Amino acid sequence: MLGVVTLVFLLIHIVPGDPVEVMLGESAQIADREALRQALGLDQPLFTQWWQYIQNLAQGDLGQSLHSRAEISSIIAERLPATFELALASLLVAVVIALPLGMFAAWKVNTIWDRLSMGFSLLGVSIPNFWLGPLLILFFSLYLGWLPVSGRESFSAIILPALTLGTALAAILARMVRASLLEILNEDYIRTARAKGLSEQVVLWKHAMRNAALPVTTILGLQLGALLGGAVITEIIFSWPGVGYTLVEAIQRRDYPLVQASVLMVSLSYIIINRLTDLVYALIDPRIRLAE
Amino acid sequence: MLSIKQLSLAFGRYQKRNQVLHEVSFSMQAGEKLALVGESGSGKSVTALSVLGLHEKGQVHYPSGEIVFQGQDLLHSSEAELRRVRGSKIAMIFQEPMTSLNPVYPIGNQLVEPLMLHENLSYAAAKKHMIELLDRTGIPEPHKRFDSFPHMLSGGQRQRVMIAMALACHPDLLIADEPTTALDVTIQLQILELLNDMQKEFGMGILLITHDLGIVREFSDRVCVMQQGRLVEEQPVQGLFDAPKHPYTQTLLDSRPDQSAPDNSGVKTHLPPLLEGKQLNCEFTIKSGFFRRKTGSVKAVDQVDLTLHQGETLGIVGESGSGKSTLGMCLLRLQDCEGDIYFDETALQGLSQRQLRPMRSAFQVVFQDPYSSLSPRMTVEQIVGEGLEIHQPHLSKAQRRERVIAVLEEVGLEANMIWRYPHEFSGGQRQRIAIARVIILEPRLILLDEPTSALDVSVQKQVLALLKDLQQRHHISYLFISHDLKVVRSMSHRVIVMQKGQFIEQAETETLFQAPQHPYTQSLLKAALFA
Repeated sequence: MLGVVTLVFLLIHIVPGDPVEVMLGESAQIADREALRQALGLDQPLFTQWWQYIQNLAQGDLGQSLHSRAEISSIIAERLPATFELALASLLVAVVIALPLGMFAAWKVNTIWDRLSMGFSLLGVSIPNFWLGPLLILFFSLYLGWLPVSGRESFSAIILPALTLGTALAAILARMVRASLLEILNEDYIRTARAKGLSEQVVLWKHAMRNAALPVTTILGLQLGALLGGAVITEIIFSWPGVGYTLVEAIQRRDYPLVQASVLMVSLSYIIINRLTDLVYALIDPRIRLAE
Repeated sequence: MLSIKQLSLAFGRYQKRNQVLHEVSFSMQAGEKLALVGESGSGKSVTALSVLGLHEKGQVHYPSGEIVFQGQDLLHSSEAELRRVRGSKIAMIFQEPMTSLNPVYPIGNQLVEPLMLHENLSYAAAKKHMIELLDRTGIPEPHKRFDSFPHMLSGGQRQRVMIAMALACHPDLLIADEPTTALDVTIQLQILELLNDMQKEFGMGILLITHDLGIVREFSDRVCVMQQGRLVEEQPVQGLFDAPKHPYTQTLLDSRPDQSAPDNSGVKTHLPPLLEGKQLNCEFTIKSGFFRRKTGSVKAVDQVDLTLHQGETLGIVGESGSGKSTLGMCLLRLQDCEGDIYFDETALQGLSQRQLRPMRSAFQVVFQDPYSSLSPRMTVEQIVGEGLEIHQPHLSKAQRRERVIAVLEEVGLEANMIWRYPHEFSGGQRQRIAIARVIILEPRLILLDEPTSALDVSVQKQVLALLKDLQQRHHISYLFISHDLKVVRSMSHRVIVMQKGQFIEQAETETLFQAPQHPYTQSLLKAALFA
């Protein structure tokens, strides 16, 4: 964690640009700039700034935004739920699309249905967010007028960004579901289950799905982590007030503490998601429970 | 009860069809024990899976034939009709109890499925019934075991669970596909006895599929012998063993290993021993918990001394987990251990792996599985010649090829095979390649770790003969690790019996087989001679 913080701290300071210049504009007086610089503590040596920041961080103080002077913890607290909401909604979309699609493809393997499903999923992976997002806006918001273009005012506002993010994820997931199911369906215990006279549906849902869920969970965890931090493009297209949006704004304004805090949140979510994935593993597979 | 007529079967689609069964016909009476015997690829399992229609959809075609069970043509039944038969009238148990149970559900959950499905019992009623059945199959504390997961049970227990599950709905026919092949010999005996008891109690017919003639003799009433998809002989069991009609049956019977030890004229006991191990110990620690603290240990090899002379074969026998493979690995410094090891009077312990490397050409290993121990992307020439590149780098490419061809011919392969890849060969041929790869370095000691366990009996006989022949010509010493006492007897001059990491008995082969001292050796021999 300390490594992440330090790395981000260094990177952001290496990037050319000056927060004071951004705030006061190019025509500002040199004396005013110096005064502001001093007030913000930016005149100190880099190491002193870093040490100060780490000390504050250890006490749970994320500092203040250079731009709006607001407490960063309150900015994050305001933005984080939005990102969370979007990530979960996209995940839901992805699972709802991918699970049946992957299972269907595995069930009808090597038929035209299998190829159609996988072709569809290939399409899903290939379509970039920055293209799909505006396309959805054009169609559903501007042409049909069913859904809002952007923002987070109503419930219906989440549908389009979640769809945008969920499509790519669903495509990867569907392939994963299909591949792991196909592998599992060749296992001996599937033959045992069939030999008992169980129907294909029971074999697929009960005996195969839970085993196939292991590799799928891995991908899901990684992707969720990425969603929590990396939905930058989608958040901007839909003006979704999440962490990604905040991050880009902060970078443009050279708002050092806010950038650092945002990145910190993203890496923290990764770690938490990873732990959660391990827990889910243990829930699915009793052999892992024993090893713990 | 069951009659199979003119059954032919082909795998694959369209032009690439590959016919694996050719007009197989046989029938079974109710309550009869029929054995279907053959080597791998003979079509015995394929036939059994056809009875229940368990082949992958769209992968098989039946150009001709019918399978009639109690008046119902199973081959032309719908999937739904078949499901009503599966698990209720015809049940099946499989070779690998390890992988035949679903690892993510407790066994109880899987045990109640047939009863709830076919007899519409409630969970509670099915559970009660299955706990009784578990008890009858010899599972200790069945009500506790009911909630265990498959990985918590031993191999023998898992097969008992499979048997209980198969018997749940009182089937009229039980198909047992190599039910004991994956088990240790003493467990094999127990499972066969259990199947026998259950057959008497339930009065069902058993279709036993096996490659092991010993099991057939003890277990079945009648035998069908299959070869390459054809049924070549059908006889009552006694008749088959006394007067086999078909030459292939004769070959199978002759393939059983000789029941006498090899002569020890080639053993050089007057010279100092080639390999000596003193006070060998190997311990695996078990770490658990958050901080990976050591919470226990398993002694895989426990205070062991052994010597091996030039030209001698030392058999190491034991059941799975006895530490026999680990001991072999330790002796060749492929596994770290404590104690002293001398090879040709040089101390191996204390040498670094780098120092050992030039010596390695003198002691080589052949592994059990000829399928996974050869790299699939290398040609035979590359596989066999690889060792030469490392140990004799001065050879030119042409010289190397000459040596490879010479060695291939010595192990009974042909010169024109050097371009081919491992997947183009049969199991026996692959094991010959693995032996060629080792022999080319002119080793003085070869560790043979279950070298024939994955092979068919007729192939096994050829490979064993090849090994004996090589030993006589080159005075090689063998460390022969095996669970198969009959094979060990025909190969070894001396035998060591291992249990839980310790030597519990060692003696000249004939002495050990005729007058075993330790009770464990006695039970091992009893089980082995039965099976």
